[in-house]
Amino acid sequence: MAARRLSKNQPDSFAFNAENLEWANATIAKYPEGRQASAVISLLWRAQEQEGWLSKPAIDAIAAQLDMPEIRVLEVATFYTMFNLEPVGEVFVQLCGTTPCWLRGADDLKAVCAKKIGPQSTVSADGKFSWLEVECLGSCANAPMVQIGKDYYEDLTAESFEKLLDDLAAGKDVKPGPQSDRVSSEPYGGLTSLTELEGTE
Amino acid sequence: MLQDKDRIFTNLYGHHDWRLKSAMSRGAWDGTKKLLEAGHEGVVDGVKASGLRGRGGAGFPTGLKWSFMPKEVGERPHYLVVNADESEPGTCKDREIMRHDPHIFIEGCLVAAFSMRANAVYIYIRGEYIREREHLQFAIDEAYEAKLIGKNNIHGWDCDIYVHHGAGAYICGEETALLESLEGKKGQPRLKPPFPANMGLYGCPTTVNNVESIAVTPTILRRGPEWFEGLGRPNNTGTKLFSISGHVNNPCNVEEELGVPFRELIERHAGGVRGGWDNLLAVIPGGSSVPCLPATVCDDLPMDFDTLRDLQSGLGTAAVIVMDKSTDMIKAIARLAYFYKHESCGQCTPCREGTGWMWRVLERMVRGESTYAEIDKLLDVSKEIEGHTICALGDAAAWPVQGLIRHFRPVIEARIDDYARRNASAAE
Repeated sequence: MAARRLSKNQPDSFAFNAENLEWANATIAKYPEGRQASAVISLLWRAQEQEGWLSKPAIDAIAAQLDMPEIRVLEVATFYTMFNLEPVGEVFVQLCGTTPCWLRGADDLKAVCAKKIGPQSTVSADGKFSWLEVECLGSCANAPMVQIGKDYYEDLTAESFEKLLDDLAAGKDVKPGPQSDRVSSEPYGGLTSLTELEGTE
Repeated sequence: MLQDKDRIFTNLYGHHDWRLKSAMSRGAWDGTKKLLEAGHEGVVDGVKASGLRGRGGAGFPTGLKWSFMPKEVGERPHYLVVNADESEPGTCKDREIMRHDPHIFIEGCLVAAFSMRANAVYIYIRGEYIREREHLQFAIDEAYEAKLIGKNNIHGWDCDIYVHHGAGAYICGEETALLESLEGKKGQPRLKPPFPANMGLYGCPTTVNNVESIAVTPTILRRGPEWFEGLGRPNNTGTKLFSISGHVNNPCNVEEELGVPFRELIERHAGGVRGGWDNLLAVIPGGSSVPCLPATVCDDLPMDFDTLRDLQSGLGTAAVIVMDKSTDMIKAIARLAYFYKHESCGQCTPCREGTGWMWRVLERMVRGESTYAEIDKLLDVSKEIEGHTICALGDAAAWPVQGLIRHFRPVIEARIDDYARRNASAAE
């Protein structure tokens, strides 16, 4: 288990903006009547997207919106590790350290994070970066890899990862997906299957 | 070797467009209505006859699982829930289906929902797969638009498909934890019985299937169960997506026949073991939960459920993690032990306390800071966890440790000896 606690510093209040409120109501409608609690993860996630992290006022507001006891929503917020209970950097690097990525050099990427960003779970002085070692992100054939925001950055080396962080710091456009010449998880250096279909459309 | 004409996932690598028009040109949604004409039982019988075993890890026969659903819809609606919470370390196949071939998967949802008389399907996708979720939702919207699914669709079976997502919890890949999560709770597994087919989502009859199991069914029915049954080996039929990671030259996902020899799989598709075949140390053949196997058994090793089970390992999700001779085996398994410690839901004491205990002992063993007797104690504790928890996470945490001790005990002992020697000379 991972012990997770709420941040000591909390904002005074939380409210969804108009667009997110509309989205939340549509999400609740995906579930049968009386089963609105099913939407709790989605709503917490949306709140985190809106604010950058998940605060106690957001948890309480969503409990009220879904007619759930606050403790039930607090349980969910602390159980699921993608909820950031403390503020994170604008660029939040989630670095996979589980065995398949470790075998292919995740430790080198950790060293890059330590050098470029600083200690794990600490937002850099400019507020721009923070990083966290996470468990398997399900992109093992493209290891080692990190997730930044909504995107995966795969087939990394210490050099390409360093460049990626530099480009992000400089506000340059970066290309998500494999940082090699692969499209996705096909073998390097040419297909060994599905060759008959190549070039047809 | 499997030929391209027998491959189901023709856009596995995303080299073609994944949207409806292109998917249809590759055969998705072709004569789906005709497949449903076989009737509810006919579809189940077809899947049974194909010999399809669940692709999520346990290998339970899919058709048989479907047949457990009540034959009449009573007061409680039926649900199909698809497990797209792909999180087993080493596994990255369902992701490719959802982002590159979502339509054959959606078609599978309709066919499976029809077979079990469900009008609603919930797809539970892991929270980290955000782009995959976007593709999937886009494809579902296209299917609604084209009246392929939804109410009053052209296939004559009302079927609403909803995408639901998690937020980072491996345990939600366990089917009852997934249902708890879908109901808006912590993902803590339920005791079985009652089984989901009787009391599942919202207390209603529910079947939970892996993405790959669902996605292959339309093609199986279109081409005939005997086609699928003719591939692979007896009781291990059909094709399977393999995820190959670790110390190979070209890690990849690939669809192959079940029973493909390990060496052929690695050399043909993954460019061979890094440093050559003789540099192979060990392989975890089915995702992190299954015990590792040493190189000595890998020369002639058919990759299927039964062969690997007989070797005290398993095919699991067919996530093949290859390790060459540079690997510190103790550290590789210690990292997995950390994973299970991190992901234990905390409900059952043997798992909550045991996973952390095993991890701490293994971390010491990495340094050699242990004794021979402690290896036996570790093995003993792993057996106290195995089989003593509500769900299989306890087993999954115990098996890699047992595999390490079974095949690499001399490595642990040598590390202990080495540490003792260094400390003795330091004391002099």
